[in-house]
Order: sequence, then structure tokens, then C-alpha cells
Amino acid sequence: MSTEEVKLGPVHAEPTIFQRSVHGRSGHSIRTADPKFKPAIPGSLLRTRPAALPEVSEVDVMRHFTRLSRQNYSLDIGMYPLGSCTMKYNPKVNEVLARLDGFTDLHPLMDDDLAQGALELMYRLQEYLAAIGGFDAVTLSPAAGAHGEYTGLRIIRQALEKRGEHRTKVLVPDTAHGTNPASSVLNGFKAVEVRSGGTGILTADAVAALMDEDTAGLMVTNPNTLGLFETNLPEVARVVHEKGGFVYGDGANLNALMGKVRPADLGVDVMHFNLHKTFSTPHGGGGPGSGPVGVTKALEPFLPVPRVVYRDGRYAMSSDYPDSIGRVIGFQGHFLVMVKAYAYIREMGAQGLKSAAELAVLNANYLRALLTAGYHLPYDQTCMHEVVFNDHKQKSQGVTTMDVAKRLLDYGYHPPTVFFPLVVHDAIMIEPTETESKQELDAFASAMLAIAGEVAEDPERTKRAPMRAFIGRPDEVTAARHPVLVYPLD
Amino acid sequence: MSVPQEYRYTETHEWVKVEEGGIVTVGITDYAQEQLGEVVSVELPRVGDEMQKGEVLGMVDSQKASSEVFAPVSGLVTEVNEVPDEDPAVLNTDPYDEGWLAKIEMETPDELDDLMSAEEYEEYLGNLSEEE
Repeated sequence: MSTEEVKLGPVHAEPTIFQRSVHGRSGHSIRTADPKFKPAIPGSLLRTRPAALPEVSEVDVMRHFTRLSRQNYSLDIGMYPLGSCTMKYNPKVNEVLARLDGFTDLHPLMDDDLAQGALELMYRLQEYLAAIGGFDAVTLSPAAGAHGEYTGLRIIRQALEKRGEHRTKVLVPDTAHGTNPASSVLNGFKAVEVRSGGTGILTADAVAALMDEDTAGLMVTNPNTLGLFETNLPEVARVVHEKGGFVYGDGANLNALMGKVRPADLGVDVMHFNLHKTFSTPHGGGGPGSGPVGVTKALEPFLPVPRVVYRDGRYAMSSDYPDSIGRVIGFQGHFLVMVKAYAYIREMGAQGLKSAAELAVLNANYLRALLTAGYHLPYDQTCMHEVVFNDHKQKSQGVTTMDVAKRLLDYGYHPPTVFFPLVVHDAIMIEPTETESKQELDAFASAMLAIAGEVAEDPERTKRAPMRAFIGRPDEVTAARHPVLVYPLD
Repeated sequence: MSVPQEYRYTETHEWVKVEEGGIVTVGITDYAQEQLGEVVSVELPRVGDEMQKGEVLGMVDSQKASSEVFAPVSGLVTEVNEVPDEDPAVLNTDPYDEGWLAKIEMETPDELDDLMSAEEYEEYLGNLSEEE
């Protein structure tokens, strides 16, 4: 084994919790039931065979999950430059606040009068998000970004139907998030692609060529997935509005804009916010997400219910909106995520949010400037919060984007987003966010440039990566072609 | 990169082979499969579907991305290839023959004139690689 193949620290080949199971083992003593009590569950509903649950002790459980957690990578370990995801640090004070008894002990069916604090928080968060986006009203219901997209397009459809129109198409740029066409289709629209052209941004002409009275509107992400600001957006929006359509803003990249420009001022009629991106709440397993939607006055009547209102000195949930699209989720959405986002906004303040946007853009441009020494930049211009390279300079050595991403694991980093956006072949999409210091950015850039140097000298080494990760290269192709979706217990 | 002479091509990298009786066979080009990487699943239309030129005929999922396949001509889907469903890799190994996707009975044979010849497609690919 060469030195390079020696892994750092203790490494355990961790079996599944089922493989750890030993018949009869238990984490605690379970009292045997008093024979004079009869089970309340009717016999016909009782299992005939015991459930195949793992039988493990407390120490088995503790070691199993702690070992798995050590194989994971998280923001609390290091930089996570996953483009388009805005993996900023999740402040721990938000977690403390979201665990306050007054929030965690609420029941969603509780009377409004007994939940005034929670409703006030929701009401204020609506107001803050409306102010940041320039909108007239906000709903907090959607459970995540894509659900926000669905809700926003559903609102557009309802507004058109109210006018007696049944439009069938939605324009989606080639620089959009993959969820945009899916949200269109779920709402019964056909997604029509708009090409961004050589400059990487939308032009009014490209949109005008496709926009007609059968088109419900345009979905636009600003800055787009190339990390470029859509400078023609006001003009583009005018084209859409002239034909009676609406502009849907995908707010996934709002981190670059907050406090600097309000999307509604650029012509956006409806937009979702990703609380788990822009407003520092955790993604994925630490989540769930939350995707509030803001609208302008004309679309306000169609917002989902219930809405949080403030009337006669008290907060209330109201469903008294006859034109509403109805409910989009059970109860009130992901409330504790709202608490964390509210805490973040209050802690940052208006000036703090603005600085965060400025630093996010500065950090991305700093990396752009450093990394052009080793990587090809297809759209060579000042970027916003993220920057997209590709493997053009590495290809002649037979090294691809995937190899570079895998090699980064050896350097202790989570790789950037790869193969997205689709307009750049073999993209390497980097979004550092504002929470990385100059020292962290320098270290990351050194790792990236060291890999570029390695590719030139010893490409085979890069192709063997990762050598220091717990798991090397899983066979993604076989996994996708022949997925095993059920764990074989027997 | 292989580009069979007798086929016609679209800018979105579909190929069209003209068969007897106004039927065409449609697939994705060698360039398309190479850009996609290893194909993991293929979604095709149903026999009897009416397609308009430019409409989404199917989807190809690869290790890198999900890509739409567009109908190069308008018409009725008369047959779909069942091989890629079992063995999606056939799009990588034999995109022009075993990896065909669908047969369409053309509604407007004139639409063939809008497609590129092999020579034109090769030139088009040449320009694409210059842009990169």
C-alpha cells in the first residue's frame, strides 16, 4: 500500500444496522405485560410474525450512527461550494431559538388566540420577505423551492382562468433550474425552451420571438445558473406583460441580490424564496426546506390559504379568500424553518443582508479570478454569486470534470456542482457564499490549482481519485440502470 | 465521431432515416450519446401518439443529465424500440442502428427538407466544438 492509499484516522467498514442485529439483543429491558390487561388492539389487526427490526444494544446504535456521521461531510466540517445551492453556514443560535418550548409545543390545530406569538412571527416574516422582494403579499405555505414554483405557477394559472384564458405554454430559459420545466408540466403547461445565446443571458428579442397569447409567461432565475445577472430583465418582462403573460422569478439565487435590488422592481410578478438557501436554514437532512412565495397586487387574491393576517390588534389564520388556489400543504407549512429564517433576518438586519449579498458576489469573483489560472471559464465576465468553469483545459490529458470533483474529496472539500448548468458542457459550478473567509477561499483555490497542476504532470493519479475518501467511486451507472430499492432482509 | 451519410440530422442531434412508405426511423446521434455519457434510462412515446415537429418525443437520462429528444418531423408514432428499456446502454454502443428510438409515419414529408445532410451536420458539429 503506497503512502497515498493510507487513509487518515480510524476507518471502519460499517455494516448496516440490520447486519449488526443479534437475536435477543436489546438496548433496554422491556417489562412483560401484566396478564390481566388485554391488548386494546383487536387480534385481527395484530401481526402474526414479529417485525424485522434490528436487535441491537445502545452501544451498537451509538457506534453505528456516529461512525456513519464521520463518513459524512457537512458545513460544520468545511466549505461546501455546491453551485446553485447556496450552502451558507447555518448559525447555531437559530437552532436554539427553533427549540424554544413556545414553538415546539404548539399544536397546529390550536386556537389562534393561544398561538399569537407564532402567528406574529409568521406575519412579520411575510412582511420582511415582501420587503426584500418588493412584493405586496407573501405566503409561507410551500414546503420547499420546487413546491414554491408549483404554487407560483398555479397562481398564474388561476389568474389567467379568472380572465377566462386557458394558456398552454410557459417559456423556460436554457439556463434555468431543472425544476422549472417540471413545475410547468405539473401545472398543465408545456415548457418551451428559450436560448440564452452567446452572452449567457436572456434577450428581449429571443423572448419576443416565442411569447404569444397562448403563453402564460416566463420563468426566470436571476442571477441565472451561469451566475450572470439578467440585465435585460425589465425589457424582457415588458415583452411578456404586453402579451398578457406573467413573469415567474425563481428565487433560488436571491442571495446575490438581497438588499441590493428587488426582483419585483425588475418586472417579476411572482417569486419563490428558498429559506434553506438565502436565509441560512439547513438543507436536506438538517431541513426540511421552505419555499415562501411573494406576489404583486394583481396576483394577491389567488394566494393559497390559510393566510396569516393582522386584524383588530390580533393575529389570525384566514381562509376567507374566494379566488384563492386553496391549500397547498397540510396545516401551516414548515413552521420551525420559518423561525430560523426569521431569527436570521432579525440578526442580520437590513444592512447585514445587503453585506451578505455583496460578500457572496465578491467571494465568487475572487475565486473566479484565482481559478482562471487552472480552469477554462466559458463565459469570461464578472459573475454574481457563483461561477461556472469546465474541464476544457484538462480534457487533453484525459481528465474530466468528474475526476477533478473526485480528487477534491482527497483535499478535504465537498466538490462543486458538476454537469450543471447544461449550457456549459461538463460544467464545474462553484458557489462559495459569503460565509467563507479569505483564508478558506485561498485554501480551496490552492487545492483546485494543485489538482490542475497534477493533471498536467500525472493525470493517472487524478483519474484514480478519491484515494482518501471513505467510499471511492460508487458505480453510479449500474445503480441507475439496475437500482436495488428494497433491502433484502432474508 | 461517426455520421452516416444516408441519414438526415437536426440541430438538437437527432437522426432520421427514411424508410419505405413514408416512414422514418428516429434516434440520437453519436455526438449526442457522447455528450450525454452513459445512458441509464430511456422514455419513449406510445405507438399511436401524434407528434408535431419539435415536440418532445422522449427523454434520455444519463449519468450527467436528463435530455429531451425532439420529434424531427410531424406524424404518427407507428413503432417504438423496446431494446433501450431493457438495455439503455445500446444508445451508447450503437446509436445509429440497434439504439433507434421510434418510427414515425410522416404527415408532411416536406419537413425532411428542413433537416441537415450528413455533410451539413458535420460542419455544424465542427462549429460547435469551435465555440466551446
